[in-house]
Amino acid sequence: MKKSKAFWAYLLIGIIIYAIVQFAMSSGMIGSYYSNMLITMCINVMLAVSLHIIIGITGQFSIGHAGFMAVGAYVSAIFTMKLELPFIAAIVAAGIIALLAGLLIGIPTLRLKGDYLAIATLGFAEIIRIVILNVDYVGGAAGMTVMRETTWSYAFFAMLLTIIVISNYTKSRHGRACIAIREDEIAADAMGINTTYYKVVAFGIGAFFAGIAGAIFAHNFYIIQPGTFGFLKSFDILIYVVLGGLGSLSGSVLAAVLLTAVSTYLAEFPETRMIIYSLVLILVMLYRPTGLLGTKEITDIFKFGKKGGKNV
Amino acid sequence: MEWLQQLVNGISIGSIYALIALGYTMVYGIIKLINFAHGDVFMIGAFIGFWSISHWNLGFFSALLLSMIVCALIGVIIERVAYKRLRNATRIAALITAIGVSLLIEYTMIFFRGAQSAVYPSTIENRAIDVFGAQISSLSLLILGVSVALMLLLQFIVHKTKIGKAMRAVSHDAEAAKLMGINVDNTISATFAIGSALAGAAGVIFGVYYTKIDPLMGMIPGIKAFIAAVLGGIGSIPGAMVGGMLLGVVETFVSAMGFSSWRDAAAFLILIVILIFKPSGLFGKNTREKV
Amino acid sequence: MTNLLLNVENLGIQFGGLKAVQQVNMHLNQGELVGLIGPNGAGKTTTFNMLTGVYAPTEGVITFQGKKLNGLDPYKVTQSGISRTFQNIRLFKELSVLDNVKVANHSLAKHGIMASIFRLPNFFTGEQTMTEESEAFLKIFGLDKYKYELAKNLPYGMQRRLEIARALAAKPRILLLDEPAAGMNPQETHDLMELIAFIRKEFDLTILLIEHDMSLVMGICERIYVLDHGQLIADGTPIEIRNNPKVIEAYLGEEVAENVTSE
Repeated sequence: MKKSKAFWAYLLIGIIIYAIVQFAMSSGMIGSYYSNMLITMCINVMLAVSLHIIIGITGQFSIGHAGFMAVGAYVSAIFTMKLELPFIAAIVAAGIIALLAGLLIGIPTLRLKGDYLAIATLGFAEIIRIVILNVDYVGGAAGMTVMRETTWSYAFFAMLLTIIVISNYTKSRHGRACIAIREDEIAADAMGINTTYYKVVAFGIGAFFAGIAGAIFAHNFYIIQPGTFGFLKSFDILIYVVLGGLGSLSGSVLAAVLLTAVSTYLAEFPETRMIIYSLVLILVMLYRPTGLLGTKEITDIFKFGKKGGKNV
Repeated sequence: MEWLQQLVNGISIGSIYALIALGYTMVYGIIKLINFAHGDVFMIGAFIGFWSISHWNLGFFSALLLSMIVCALIGVIIERVAYKRLRNATRIAALITAIGVSLLIEYTMIFFRGAQSAVYPSTIENRAIDVFGAQISSLSLLILGVSVALMLLLQFIVHKTKIGKAMRAVSHDAEAAKLMGINVDNTISATFAIGSALAGAAGVIFGVYYTKIDPLMGMIPGIKAFIAAVLGGIGSIPGAMVGGMLLGVVETFVSAMGFSSWRDAAAFLILIVILIFKPSGLFGKNTREKV
Repeated sequence: MTNLLLNVENLGIQFGGLKAVQQVNMHLNQGELVGLIGPNGAGKTTTFNMLTGVYAPTEGVITFQGKKLNGLDPYKVTQSGISRTFQNIRLFKELSVLDNVKVANHSLAKHGIMASIFRLPNFFTGEQTMTEESEAFLKIFGLDKYKYELAKNLPYGMQRRLEIARALAAKPRILLLDEPAAGMNPQETHDLMELIAFIRKEFDLTILLIEHDMSLVMGICERIYVLDHGQLIADGTPIEIRNNPKVIEAYLGEEVAENVTSE
């Protein structure tokens, strides 16, 4: 039961961070500029971690993650703005509908491999965007106005839930099956793993949390437009996962936090930001293709003298 | 006769897709990389053409040639600087590098000249020609003519010249080609040069036909050209041509039927249907993983 | 034929126009240790791939315990009781040695995805069972001291052993071993063969063994099938095989060819 002790320790650290920020926000020490940045960080961490389970854990190269975010954003906006239901119901609905979208897309496409899968997911994400663009009910290209309901608490706890669920999933027989598929799909199959099933499961979980991130995002900025969820957004999420280290959850989190801070500071110079982003991306791929942490977790680095030991 | 007009329009835009798709398919055939930056080489080609015509007072054909030469150079530079190190890297690393290069080109362009669009000066007189009662623009025919000429030239290079033979050998089996004394590095560079030159030509043609160009113009045609390449069977040169034309025609008819806002969705739908039901495309070969 | 376990009739596969394997008839009885030999490129691994569902045969019938196996996905073949190792080691490199075995142990525990995500009580008992069982397999193969190492960091011989441990953890009735001793030195090979004989008794296994080196299988197999150019050219006891002129020709022919190319 030593492992679950570590779990409670991390949870405690999380709650402390939450409490400190919450106190600083309500006492006015952190202004709206920084509190917005912190909420955006939580959203981006959710997106990164939800893509991490698809690419980093299961090795399925999806580059259309913004599509699921769009589904979540619009479904939640319909729930709060059109149906006038509470925000929390909208969040849950966003996750579920995005999950269904994930299954709908995943079941036919996950038979594809590598580049072909990547292009197919990109294609689906674009189709989702074009469909939204053509539906007048949600405002078409002009977008849809949304009430601001996202708070630091919603963003933080949604992020915490995402991390806990995906981390627990990874460290279980199901997660091992997914990693086995990433490492060698043919061998996984030969060991009795239903590879299609586990790929679809990973895709579904990823889509679910991307949908929730979409809901939190939609209710943070008064308006949502289909253009926001194009492939540049998908690439952004991909960059977090890849820079952090494919296969490393804490790497994805770290990269999402750092890059969100960088883009917040460079918000007034979007071209410079993109040039830096793309240069970093190219250089990392050329000189350290495993990313910041490789497949390691940040907790592995602090474990002294104990080899491995990252089992359940 | 409306449909004949649409058909010619479709083939014209399709021939632009086809020219870009050729570069995708050649590069993929030889190093198994989806060169995401290819659409941006097309964009650079369009701008070179624009500057040649409006600032340096060159004619259409000289602008076309200049753009092809510059793009060929840029293609080779991209390959040598970014992709060459990735020959033994994972597919994910290669694809992400390509996405990085694409973003770098786009935003460097925006950084230096801004994101606003430019308007091509009209260099070629456009009139309607009556063919069996259909009004067909002379510009469409010119575009079609230039594209077909370039494709024939490519077929000649690939099948009748030494470098073409080397390209086919390397795409078939790079290791064996190396053992046979073929300079694999140079062959790959040549492939990038030829593919990029065709993309440059497509850029100028696009500019002349649609008149409006901007730094992000390469994204959508780039992806559509990739769809065309997949449709035709990636790695297959005739496949890229037919795939491009077919995609152009389908898009034009979707627009003509009043669904122009769904045009892009149609292209992606074709992509997904092809990937799911016949991933080898119309002209491609099936491959299987060795166990 | 009460103890017939696996029966293969007229098995064949065609890649494009090429018939890689054709008209293979073979059977395995409960508890046998059977060899499948043949020169390079004879179609041994292709036959394995058909038996395990990696390739769908284009002709013939495979029946296992009276049920038809053709066209089943590999994971279903494994779940029904046939597991295998790979000639070119295919371990899950970034997983620990223990986790490699636990992947094959997958179906042993029954806890669902929700139990894993929310750490319900049956998650802990399930994982515990898997760990204990996997550790037992590692112990048999002398791998328990490496259990937290990543598979990719194991020495070569140990990787080969882990492949077999992993295949065994899938609880097969038939174990297919594809050149398990490839690249090992004579001592390692000898130890491995003893180990194979041991697990066969211990787990009541039926084993089909591919080996390139003929002398090696002669010692431990009860029956041997010989493939050449995609066809069965002989079957019988080791002594029968040793004296079969067709077999001698297939191997001698290859050796002559090897000598020519190496000069």
